[in-house]
Amino acid sequence: MSFAVRNLACQRAEQLVFENVSFSLASGEAIWVRGRNGAGKSSLLRICARLLSPLAGEITWNDEDIFKDSETYVGSYHYLGHQEALKYAMTVRENIGFWSMFHGTEDVVSALEQFDLQKLADTPTGLLSQGQKKRTNLARLVASSAKLWILDEPLSALDKHYIALFKERLMRHLAAGGMALFATHQDLELEQVKLLDLDDGAL
Amino acid sequence: MKRFFSLIGRDLTLAVRQGSAVTLGLSFFVIVIILFPLGVGPELAVLARIGPGVLWVAALLACLLTLDRMFQADYEDGSLDLLMIGPLPLEILVLAKVIAHWLTSVLPLIVIAPILALSLNLPGEGISALVVSLLIGTPTLSLIGSVGAALTMAMRRGGVLLSLLVLPLYIPVLIFGVAAVEAAVAQLSVTPHLLLLGGVSLGALVVGPLAAAAALRLSLS
Repeated sequence: MSFAVRNLACQRAEQLVFENVSFSLASGEAIWVRGRNGAGKSSLLRICARLLSPLAGEITWNDEDIFKDSETYVGSYHYLGHQEALKYAMTVRENIGFWSMFHGTEDVVSALEQFDLQKLADTPTGLLSQGQKKRTNLARLVASSAKLWILDEPLSALDKHYIALFKERLMRHLAAGGMALFATHQDLELEQVKLLDLDDGAL
Repeated sequence: MKRFFSLIGRDLTLAVRQGSAVTLGLSFFVIVIILFPLGVGPELAVLARIGPGVLWVAALLACLLTLDRMFQADYEDGSLDLLMIGPLPLEILVLAKVIAHWLTSVLPLIVIAPILALSLNLPGEGISALVVSLLIGTPTLSLIGSVGAALTMAMRRGGVLLSLLVLPLYIPVLIFGVAAVEAAVAQLSVTPHLLLLGGVSLGALVVGPLAAAAALRLSLS
């Protein structure tokens, strides 16, 4: 299982955001994307999630181009963006249940437990705090069987306790052969994670 | 298929809990129909003559009123991103959204239409033809509307543009729908009109999801 980005360039509003970005991920590896505001962290993650097309370059999953032959890639990754993607009229359990079913798994109970959401399971997400909404989103990750996690600011609105919990879940995911590509401004202090600085485009 | 029905189920659940999609279109439909006898006058012959057209135009406009939310809510909260990169083909995803829209915003209009038809003095034969023509013709409104909804979902005040894009395409459905009801009232065969209406619906079923999927890709690119 491998994920590789080669000579990627991105353009937004006719301005070059970044170019010549290359990196690769193997099972058990994670990359932390860093850079100043506007460096293109979110754009890079959205391209890797097939939500944006790159200006140039290639991204492969098991040596197959994710834009040309995406069949095997589609079920292999889970993207968590800036937006909540939660339906406020539905409960925490229903929101996680819908997305886990959509991604081919239905392990909602375990996902609720892993992010300490059992007591909130039947609460409409519209009544949750920002941190609780974020935990609901993170629970969707563990409810899916995706090997690659693509996460944009996964720690925003989380307190120290839940940041530590997320780190522990991330490490567990990597230990199980998973991969992660994430951008955050928080200091995660993870030795096992490689850094990609978008300001100079290098690992 | 499980994902397809799950998406429809989610949208139905949201429509029932939020209520706005069902009640907004339905209230608009009822009010417009009630306004006509007040504006045109209580002459039963006049009401019976204009009834089929009034009912079809009101249904068409009520449908249009809720179209803009077909993709907009999912676009605004980020769900659309996740749906689009998910395992469900985009055309099938559009079809699920169209079915959910029809069930929540159009089907209630068809259920209440016979009662409102009575207030417009439409005879029994006309009411049966009205219900059948609405059942056959209104899926086209949601299918064609999905293209406009996909094109305008990211726009502020996209509703006006949506109306301008979609309303001209509704004309064939309106013509055949009204003609079917008028034929029934005049004791003529309604079959040719219903067949034409069915043909338009089948055409929209093929073209609508493909065009809406392309429009979604365009809007999000």
